[in-house]
Amino acid sequence: MSNKYKIEISDVNLHYGTFQALTDINLNIPERQVMSFIGPSGCGKSTLLKCLNRMNDLIENCKIEGQFLLDGQDMYRDIEVTSLRKRVGMVFQKSNLFPMSIYDNIAYGPRTHGIKKRSELDEIVETCLKQAAIWDECKDRLKKSALGMSGGQQQRLCIARALAVKPEVILMDEPTSALDPISTQKVEELCVELKRKYTIVIVTHNMQQAMRIADRTAFFLHGKIEEESTTDRIFNNPQNEKTQEYIGGQFG
Amino acid sequence: MKNAAETLSTPLPLAADRSRKPHFSVRTFREYFMQGVFLLSACISILCVAVICFYMFAKGCPAIAKIGVFEFLTGTDWFPTNTVASYGIFPMIVGSIYVTAGAIIIGVPTGLLTAVFLSKFCPKKLYKIVLPAVNLLAGIPSIVYGFFGLVVVVPIVRSLFGGNGNSIITASFILGIMILPTVIGMSESSLNAVPKEYYEGSLALGATHERSVMRVVFPAAKSGICAAIVLAVGRAVGETMAVVMIAGNQARLPDSLTDGVRTLTANIVLEMGYASGLHYDALLGTGVVLFVFILLLNVLLSVITRKSH
Amino acid sequence: MEQQLKTYKAHPLSLVLKILVWAAAALTVAVFLILVGYILVRGVPYLSTGLFKTTSTVDEVSVLPSIVNTLKMVGIALLVAGPLGIFSAIYLVEYAKKGSKVVKVVGLATQTLSGIPSIIYGIFGSMFFVTTLAWRLSILSGAFTLAIMILPIIITSSEEALKSVSDSFREGSFGLGAGKLRTVFVVVLPSAISGILSGIILAIGRIVGETAALIFTAGTITKFAGLSDSGSTLAVQMYNLSNEGLHMNEASASAVVLLVTVILLNSLASFVGNRIKKSSGEQ
Repeated sequence: MSNKYKIEISDVNLHYGTFQALTDINLNIPERQVMSFIGPSGCGKSTLLKCLNRMNDLIENCKIEGQFLLDGQDMYRDIEVTSLRKRVGMVFQKSNLFPMSIYDNIAYGPRTHGIKKRSELDEIVETCLKQAAIWDECKDRLKKSALGMSGGQQQRLCIARALAVKPEVILMDEPTSALDPISTQKVEELCVELKRKYTIVIVTHNMQQAMRIADRTAFFLHGKIEEESTTDRIFNNPQNEKTQEYIGGQFG
Repeated sequence: MKNAAETLSTPLPLAADRSRKPHFSVRTFREYFMQGVFLLSACISILCVAVICFYMFAKGCPAIAKIGVFEFLTGTDWFPTNTVASYGIFPMIVGSIYVTAGAIIIGVPTGLLTAVFLSKFCPKKLYKIVLPAVNLLAGIPSIVYGFFGLVVVVPIVRSLFGGNGNSIITASFILGIMILPTVIGMSESSLNAVPKEYYEGSLALGATHERSVMRVVFPAAKSGICAAIVLAVGRAVGETMAVVMIAGNQARLPDSLTDGVRTLTANIVLEMGYASGLHYDALLGTGVVLFVFILLLNVLLSVITRKSH
Repeated sequence: MEQQLKTYKAHPLSLVLKILVWAAAALTVAVFLILVGYILVRGVPYLSTGLFKTTSTVDEVSVLPSIVNTLKMVGIALLVAGPLGIFSAIYLVEYAKKGSKVVKVVGLATQTLSGIPSIIYGIFGSMFFVTTLAWRLSILSGAFTLAIMILPIIITSSEEALKSVSDSFREGSFGLGAGKLRTVFVVVLPSAISGILSGIILAIGRIVGETAALIFTAGTITKFAGLSDSGSTLAVQMYNLSNEGLHMNEASASAVVLLVTVILLNSLASFVGNRIKKSSGEQ
């Protein structure tokens, strides 16, 4: 494993109005690994995730202090926001495929970034669907509405869509919370497969999931990172008392 | 409490209660009576539509038949007071189509962009100014629009494009303004109804705010937007007073956009006051043609809105 | 700011769209302001006391008779359409089963009525009220024609208002042993009153501004009219004045009266309508 950090977060504080959602966050996310964020709801893990591709820009009264570096470049100063989001893709909690055909959904990103040639788009669509292991299920219905697919398929299409812009990092916000166990397993397998090429950050409520797929895990509580370490260590030998309690099921 | 439960499940107290509490019979009667009154009231609007349809068709269709359907609809001569009268409303049909098309060309793009502005671009403070302006545009009477057209737009068109100013262009312009609130109101609410997840999904792929709105949110709202356009067409076709004052009202096929035209609505309002006999019938027939067109638009509207549900 | 510039530099089309969208909105507001501004500037100087004399002649036009006629028209039309519309909404919301046939058909009828152009109402009114019922050209014929025309406005707004009343109110009333009727009149209607009122005010605005439906039902004579007399409303008189071309100044003055009335009514309607939103928000 390489020691290079893809994302470096230092001294981050985030306020929604007067409410402080994140406090003194420092975290390094290594390249080509799966990093998972765990913790009770409202602990700030999704908030931090959204900072990594600046989706928090949408929220009024959201004030962010501190520094986020992507490959050493400041996300909020040196990188233009649309190219940041191209490099840092996101998969949401609930599938948000557009009400268009499967093909147009996948091609939306590349088209956004200036790819117009039909043959090129065809190739991207096929590659991404194969990467997301859903090609066989939808190759015959590329022109049909994406909303006709099952929930699990839709979520994997969302991943394929995110891959289509050739991101470096993929953020996943509880991607399996609305899925059945079989679909969940498929998405998890996909994550493990994808980390060979991409850096993945995943927020999850499901601790077994974190154990199964994450290389490193950060435990959040009340807007702070209580402990961050290898997944193995977090679950089997946590140093922090609160982590122990949470892992032991005391927070739910 | 038992009573309350029963009135909840069935609207009226049960017969059993009546025997136990004698005063209930009055109450029961009143409940039944008023329920009947409410039901009858609800049926009034159905009745109105039925009676209007009946009158329009029963009186108008024989008139059209008398003149001859083909001659009436495609005849280009409208000389109702000549000794050998002719009743062709084709010029009026064309007139209505021209000014409506003009209104759509002017009003729909402006209206849709304004709706997009209100829904996705407008700062909160500005919203409180723009929205009332749009709503008030809807409330201004046609006669005031017509007056404004007459004293302001007609002279401007005359000096810019020649002709006498009472023309297709003038009418299209005023109608374009008049349909703005219709277009804006309905498309804004359908834009607002698009789940914001679509928008966020597009942003997360690196699209700009503008691209996300136009390529994802706007298409997702298309059925509401189509409905808005259909409503606007209906409004423009049916508009009478404003058009009469500024469109010139010549009952002949226009050669250019600076020519005057007479719409179906104008034909009725101009001549109904003094017409009699077959002439009056021909005006009723004009009304029927207009009415049928509006009904067709209504059907189209229901199809569009049903599809979206 | 600098960030935004960077984004637009990379995506010039987005900037174009942003400009278009702002321009369209500016155009809409500008058209409104120019229209209202022009009518006011043109007409206000001609608002004189002479305009409100009790008689109107060719030489000295007065709008007072037409204003009084308009008020009569509003009164009668509301008297007819108000209860019908509100009762109809009560049936749809309180009695009919959700999604039942009646609700659907009435909905379709209401939608159709609201789509019919006023000139068609005019033709219908002149055939039905003026000729068949032999009410002749009269305030009554005009008012009944308008009553049908405003029915959909009143039904729709009352329906919305009743729907927005929380079910807990109804349950509370039933829980105290009140019958359906009592619940509707004592509990539901009062809580929906501002929504219903805002619909009624909008309907008044529609009547005040209406012309095409009245020319062939109520006539165009400018005088104080009894219910069975022919008489013009202000909007109809304004049409006559500007059509004849002899009294453009008086026409512009009546435009001011019409415009100001309608703007006030609309503002009142949205003010009343907003109050309902606020008060139901607090519940």
